[in-house]
Amino acid sequence: MVIDQSKMQSLSDRMAEVKGRSPWADARRRFLRNKAAMLGLSILVLVTLFAIFGGLAAQWSNEELDFSVMGQVAQMGQPSLENGHFFGTDNLGRDLYARVVQGTQVSLMVGIVGAGIAVVVGTLYGATAGYVGGRTDQLMMRTVDILMSIPYMFVLILLLVMFGRSMSMLFLGIGLISWLDMSRIVRGQTLSLKNREFIEAARATGVSSFRIIIRHIVPNLLGVVAVYATLLVPLMILTESFISFLGLGVQEPLTSWGALISEGAGTMNYGTLWQLLFPLFFFVITLFGFFFVGDGLRDALDPKER
Amino acid sequence: MFAFVLRRLAVAIPTLLLLIVFSFTLMHLAPGGPFTGERALPPQVLANLEARYGLNDPLWLQIWNYLVGIVVHFDFGPSFVYPDRTVNQLIAAGFPVTLTYGALSFAAAVIFGVSLGVVAAIRHNSWTDYLAVGVSIGAQVLPNFVMAPLLVLVFTLWYGLLPGGGWSFNDPSFWIMPVIALATSYMASIARITRSSMLEVLGSNHIRTARAKGMPERRVILRHALKPAMLPVISYLGPVFVSMITGSVVIDIYFSTGGIGKAFVDSALNRDYAVMMGVTILVGALTILFNLLVDVLYAWIDPKIRY
Amino acid sequence: MALLELRDLSVRFQTNDAEVLAVNDVNLTVEAGQTLGIVGESGSGKSQLSFAIMGLLARNGRASGSVMFDGQEILNAPPKVLNRIRAEQIAMIFQDPMTSLNPYMRVADQMAEVLVLHKGLSKRDAVAEAVRMLDAVRIPDAKGRIRLYPHEFSGGMRQRVMIAMALLCRPRLLIADEPTTALDVTVQAQIMQLLSDLQRDIGMAMMLITHDLGVVAGSCERVAVMYGGRIRETGPVGPIFAEPTLPYTQGLLDAIPRVDQDDEELRAIPGQPPNMSRPPSGCAFQPRCPYRRDICARIDPPLEGFAPGRARACHAPVAEVLARLTQAAPNPGQPAAHPDEFPPQPIPRGAVAGAGAAGTPSTTEGQ
Repeated sequence: MVIDQSKMQSLSDRMAEVKGRSPWADARRRFLRNKAAMLGLSILVLVTLFAIFGGLAAQWSNEELDFSVMGQVAQMGQPSLENGHFFGTDNLGRDLYARVVQGTQVSLMVGIVGAGIAVVVGTLYGATAGYVGGRTDQLMMRTVDILMSIPYMFVLILLLVMFGRSMSMLFLGIGLISWLDMSRIVRGQTLSLKNREFIEAARATGVSSFRIIIRHIVPNLLGVVAVYATLLVPLMILTESFISFLGLGVQEPLTSWGALISEGAGTMNYGTLWQLLFPLFFFVITLFGFFFVGDGLRDALDPKER
Repeated sequence: MFAFVLRRLAVAIPTLLLLIVFSFTLMHLAPGGPFTGERALPPQVLANLEARYGLNDPLWLQIWNYLVGIVVHFDFGPSFVYPDRTVNQLIAAGFPVTLTYGALSFAAAVIFGVSLGVVAAIRHNSWTDYLAVGVSIGAQVLPNFVMAPLLVLVFTLWYGLLPGGGWSFNDPSFWIMPVIALATSYMASIARITRSSMLEVLGSNHIRTARAKGMPERRVILRHALKPAMLPVISYLGPVFVSMITGSVVIDIYFSTGGIGKAFVDSALNRDYAVMMGVTILVGALTILFNLLVDVLYAWIDPKIRY
Repeated sequence: MALLELRDLSVRFQTNDAEVLAVNDVNLTVEAGQTLGIVGESGSGKSQLSFAIMGLLARNGRASGSVMFDGQEILNAPPKVLNRIRAEQIAMIFQDPMTSLNPYMRVADQMAEVLVLHKGLSKRDAVAEAVRMLDAVRIPDAKGRIRLYPHEFSGGMRQRVMIAMALLCRPRLLIADEPTTALDVTVQAQIMQLLSDLQRDIGMAMMLITHDLGVVAGSCERVAVMYGGRIRETGPVGPIFAEPTLPYTQGLLDAIPRVDQDDEELRAIPGQPPNMSRPPSGCAFQPRCPYRRDICARIDPPLEGFAPGRARACHAPVAEVLARLTQAAPNPGQPAAHPDEFPPQPIPRGAVAGAGAAGTPSTTEGQ
């Protein structure tokens, strides 16, 4: 589940050496021809549509208890078109369809926001360290090394327990740790870009360092960052689901895939297997989608037989 | 090599000290912590804390006491919840369990992952390869908290073959599902990494030389290709170790195995910060130690690394 | 009977986009003790030809035709058969000595395993023999340095190690694939000298693959010029250099910069080598050829003998090509214009090492 660093290295080597003609046109052609990536993209589009518009089709709200099934969920709460519980009900008699829609929204949001924080912080941090170089670079990367050897999941749970469980704390915690790898990759990429002619030309004409980083370095990091971000989203979703599975993440009445899987897993021996399988299905296909798209992007930008 | 280890330690030790200071300071700042006086603690606990840290002393002195306690006496202090128990006792109860299934999972992930990856690379584009790739792609969306319920569903609820939870050192049938649940996704990742790095090595010039020397294919792979192909796998072992320790929390909760993950989550629910910090620092120390071992192993295999 | 005989050897690669015909119906022979030079630009198929002989093609490569070594068919032979011939009968050295030696093994282990495997020596004897061979390739302090890893040697020393390793079993044929391309110019001459000395001592045949005409002139008896996967001209080295009857060979020779000529421009062959996944129709050299005529775009000329020991594949008559050559006649004293001086008397070392070091497309790529 952790991103294969050697492949990322190969990708950044390639992105640094491509010159002249933009690699994007070729990459797009290869990406569009990659069946797994196209499948992944379709899945992601469908899941996103489900998250946004799925609520419109719901017959019940996610908080409403259906008293007619309460207490006999295993017999009455099965998935059914007649009573409007398309995915059945959960153990309290709430509509699972509405809950899954909501869990999808939360999990996707956590994934995208977490990866977003990683992209912004990691890119700026890595680009600065790589561009400035010298002692600053040493110090900045040493800090990353130190932060990386901290068991972050434990610290995150520690933070959640000490300062209260809230969405913002979760975002903060996940975002704070996810940028480390990103900053390393971006730094390496910046180092190889730094000595290229167009950067030297910009420097020679007196463009300020900050402007060079923003206008010249960052745009050229796009390929690597895009691939990494795509692979980071599922990792963020996994992290959130992990914490929610332990009951330490998203709190009721909000829910997420991890929380739903946890509930489903807890009740499966009562014969209500659908409570596990529906959220699990969405969780699994979305992860597949992101992995396929991420791998496809990487292979499109760094074509190489493996 | 000795100087190399020393230099790595010179980074590792301050990191660990920083982690300890950071955790303790956090605990002081936390709302509802024992030091803020907002929460009514059992008098015995307060007395323990007073004896241990000197609650009226300045913060730095308390940190110092905590630090010295851990570093010199390997003592994580008293629990905040149980008057008669120390953090050491609470952790020590679960540690052998975690160590047992953790080591087994780690070994299983590495052994099966590497074998699968090597076989897939050797039989590139054969059905073995496709199967290995398929299995490893599938397994990467099956993290421990998904594997655990699925295993229980199949092996306990449907077939009744294995106990659905609990732990016994004498009965390996209790070990099987925790190990599979914890190892699967890492085995898959290791297989993928091994496969792609093996393919790359097999296409490299020095392997062509080995073949030109008339080496039988088996020998080419074992003697010439395996070592370099293992390098990316070795750098991946650090993250695997950390993720596995993290994953043990889920295993302990779901299978009621009673490892340190249980101590951690129980204390999280009880707000027993002392135990949480103790576990965090212990895990941090193990991580740092393990990464050091990985670095040494890496340097030992790759002669180009200068230390 | 020739030591090595290639009949209609073709090599195809299956890539994602297309099938690439890298080597196309090559016929060649190497006599025992003889040196054959194979010359061509990068991508002309010369390296793949040598890999095909040794059974070292990449996974997606397929070879067809026949390769007879000492009367035995070895093309696509089972690994057991091939492994008895590799290193023991046919040895090979490669272009890039840094990546061709195993960077994770000590030189001693890499060399010794050859002898342990093929000659059944004990590890200790094998290392002792390896040290003797390192002495023979003139590596100073061989005994001490055999314990080192390849990255602790300089480029030229690494290639010496590579040569020593190849010659451990005293093979009857050495295939040298661009043995000097990755090396400094001064080191190139030393390595070539070393190779020809060792060749004489051991009495082996050599197949020297290179894009460097200077190297060929200095060390080969016969030359085959490859272009676009096919042999386009063969013959003894002297006549070919004196009277290149193939427009491509002429272009190659013309591209060698000469110190003693006043004109300042480098005469490179215009255009690019063909893309072998989409080969041009007719003669592969036709888009770049100054002698081009209508038929060239339609029919690929066959390789036909036109003088004793010589053959060419070209639609332009010999006389026409030679006529243009005499017009642009280089002044006397040119190695290329005085073929009678060699092979008996090799052209001066400096000239050999320098020749072809720049200007041809393949060299710029090699740098």
